[in-house]
Amino acid sequence: MAEKKGWQELMRGGDLPPATALENKTGSWRSLRPVYDPSNCIHCMICVAYCPDMAIPIKHSEEGVVGKGGRIYKGTVRLETDFDYCKGCGICANECPTKCITMVREE
Amino acid sequence: MATIQEIVTKEKPLVSGHRMCAGCGIPPIVNTIIAASDKPVVIANATGCLEVTSTIYPFTAWNVPWVHLTFENAAAVASGVETALKAFKKRGKIDTDVNIIAIGGDGGTYDIGFQALSGALERGHKFMYVVYDNEGYMNTGNQRSAATPFAANTTTAPAGRVSFGKPQWRKNIVEIAAAHRIQYAAQAALHNLPDLYNKAKKGFESNGPAFLAVFQPCTTNWHYDPALTVQYSRLAAETNFWPLYEIENGRVHINFKPKERKPIEEFLKGQGRFKHLFKEENKHIIEEMQKTIDEEWERLLKLEETGVQI
Amino acid sequence: MAKLKAFTGAQATAEAMRQVNPDVVVAYPITPQTPIVEFFAQFVADGVVDTEMVPIESEFSALSAVVGAAAAGARAMCATSSQGLALMWEIVAAAPGLRLPIVMPVVNRALSAPINIHCDHSDTMGTATLGWIQIYSENAQEAYENTLLALKLAEHPKVLLPVMVMQDGFIVSHGVETVKILEDEEAKKFIGERNPDRYLLDVKHPYTIGPLALPDYYFEVKRQQEEAIWAAKEVYLEVGEELSKLTGNKYPYFEEYKTEDAEVAIVVLSSAAGTAKEVVDEMREQGYKVGLIKPKLFRPFPYKEMRVALEKFRVVGVLDRSIAFGAYAPVYTEIRNALFESEKKPKLQSYVFGLGGRDIFKEDIRKVFEELLSNNVDSQTQKYIGLRG
Repeated sequence: MAEKKGWQELMRGGDLPPATALENKTGSWRSLRPVYDPSNCIHCMICVAYCPDMAIPIKHSEEGVVGKGGRIYKGTVRLETDFDYCKGCGICANECPTKCITMVREE
Repeated sequence: MATIQEIVTKEKPLVSGHRMCAGCGIPPIVNTIIAASDKPVVIANATGCLEVTSTIYPFTAWNVPWVHLTFENAAAVASGVETALKAFKKRGKIDTDVNIIAIGGDGGTYDIGFQALSGALERGHKFMYVVYDNEGYMNTGNQRSAATPFAANTTTAPAGRVSFGKPQWRKNIVEIAAAHRIQYAAQAALHNLPDLYNKAKKGFESNGPAFLAVFQPCTTNWHYDPALTVQYSRLAAETNFWPLYEIENGRVHINFKPKERKPIEEFLKGQGRFKHLFKEENKHIIEEMQKTIDEEWERLLKLEETGVQI
Repeated sequence: MAKLKAFTGAQATAEAMRQVNPDVVVAYPITPQTPIVEFFAQFVADGVVDTEMVPIESEFSALSAVVGAAAAGARAMCATSSQGLALMWEIVAAAPGLRLPIVMPVVNRALSAPINIHCDHSDTMGTATLGWIQIYSENAQEAYENTLLALKLAEHPKVLLPVMVMQDGFIVSHGVETVKILEDEEAKKFIGERNPDRYLLDVKHPYTIGPLALPDYYFEVKRQQEEAIWAAKEVYLEVGEELSKLTGNKYPYFEEYKTEDAEVAIVVLSSAAGTAKEVVDEMREQGYKVGLIKPKLFRPFPYKEMRVALEKFRVVGVLDRSIAFGAYAPVYTEIRNALFESEKKPKLQSYVFGLGGRDIFKEDIRKVFEELLSNNVDSQTQKYIGLRG
């Protein structure tokens, strides 16, 4: 974290510019780590929607990605978990309909 | 009905890096609700879990205009923002329309913020009030609120040798909100985000105030494995403990009717706050709970069937 | 060109609000403030102003909604008294912390218990450490002018703090006087428009207002707030100068009445200063060298200027219309503080008077002057005026 500012440098009234929390990497909280197996993923977006830390990035893919059953999944697809923010709660693993996420202890 | 795919592709008003507990359901609730707005939003947040964990100075997880004043006045602050918006429109000082959202926990809504909420609903400000209901003062460590369910163990109404926990049933906040004759009041839950999205959309579209109560299991103070947050929300609906319904123009519509209602034990088991109920001497408490849940469900079905206006 | 009107203090304040034509006014009744919001509500009902008015469900929500509106970018006002101010307390503390310019007329009234609807200053004195600029008015004329002054002071970029403008309950709020009112155009030109550098409804530029700040930042935010209220001291004079050009009246930190060669003086706020001036006039005619100091700007308190003003007296009596239980009375405390650095301290005497609306008469004030002239004073004892033994 950057050095803390003195009183004359702060925004008036304790106001803050938007979304500064992105600098706060909460991944250090994690004791369990979601291990994602793309080959079993159907890109249903359930894990993405429920992730409390918005730590599962997505992208739009015209060409698609290979997922469960060797099928090509096009459109909105999930990517690897963003471990900068993932707190390891395990909701993604618990809710995944194909069980393509497993929680393992962090080293 | 919106799909999960549609919801996740919207820009996130609440971003990563917040300090909500691992396994907290509040962020998906907030992001789904705001995703349903086709206009920019301004948020008035009551003191509580969401507020303290989303804005620890110098970090804020908010990417939209956001204000917090105190615990009991989110509805009053939102009233002021909405009135300012009206004044600006009238005086030609603004050309964008805005959806105003007041959001608080159940303590800030059922209890300490109740008067401000009632006043704002009665006056008819065009805003949506959202309560994320985790059934007690979870931010301060599990104290009893008017939303705490019957028989739950909390630190201010604990179970003990001569107590089974909270002796009262929770306040019916959705019907109370609807009784202000607002156009839209609804009960939603974390596990069904498309339903929540639709309800938020209806709330934004309604003419005047709208009210949304969203079930939000708390891993930290209900004492269960954080991976099960969504699961407990689902069980709350499947046991009819927390029915998903809406009240449009006073008329009840139930959004989810379990084919076969699960017994309440399914929801209670595994939660630390209900552990004491599984002792032999407290069996009758669970029975009593089941009886009330069934009666309440019947009452809700009847309200829907008859179309009697609340 | 000013117009003369027969107005109560409440009406004069409402008249200033009419000229301001705020974006938002939030109203909740409480005696003796109520006529302010009633007069204003009638302006709204008659289309004299186009303010959005919210008749709200409590004083607590009233100030909360005003803060919401001010944060949203609006010029927003409410008014209160006594119990209402007490109910608002949490927001009274929070509003200056958020650096929102709000003007709130306060009609002074005693605090419960026992419940009492009449004037004393215990309500606003109880909030004097919370970060609001506080200006006390002697009469309806001052209540009117101070409301306009306060608005410009609150919104000044160096300040951005809320201001309370006080007037005495019933004595001023309900008493009819002749009040000189500025032409609407003059008043409107003086106050101008509010142009916030950031506001919530500027949705293209989102920001967070009111975050949690823990031990690592809270202190810095508060230090900044302290800087702003002291900056308001200079700005008060600047804005006063500007208003002076329109009204012909002066806006010093405190009014010095016949003090030039005075041996003794009393210090008293608000309407009692009016009565005291009459006594000063009468005693002057009889050859007594007496004078009066009437503080106007109470927060920030002008310590240095007050010290200089007081040093010329032999004896000073400070009249407080409130008690600070277990401490010296509030105005007296400030006067003692102001004199700490003084090489030539006058003798001091503290008096408490007028609680719960108890009248203070000219003969009471004359007795005070006589006591001061006779040197019969003790700076560590609080005396009471008009109290049965």
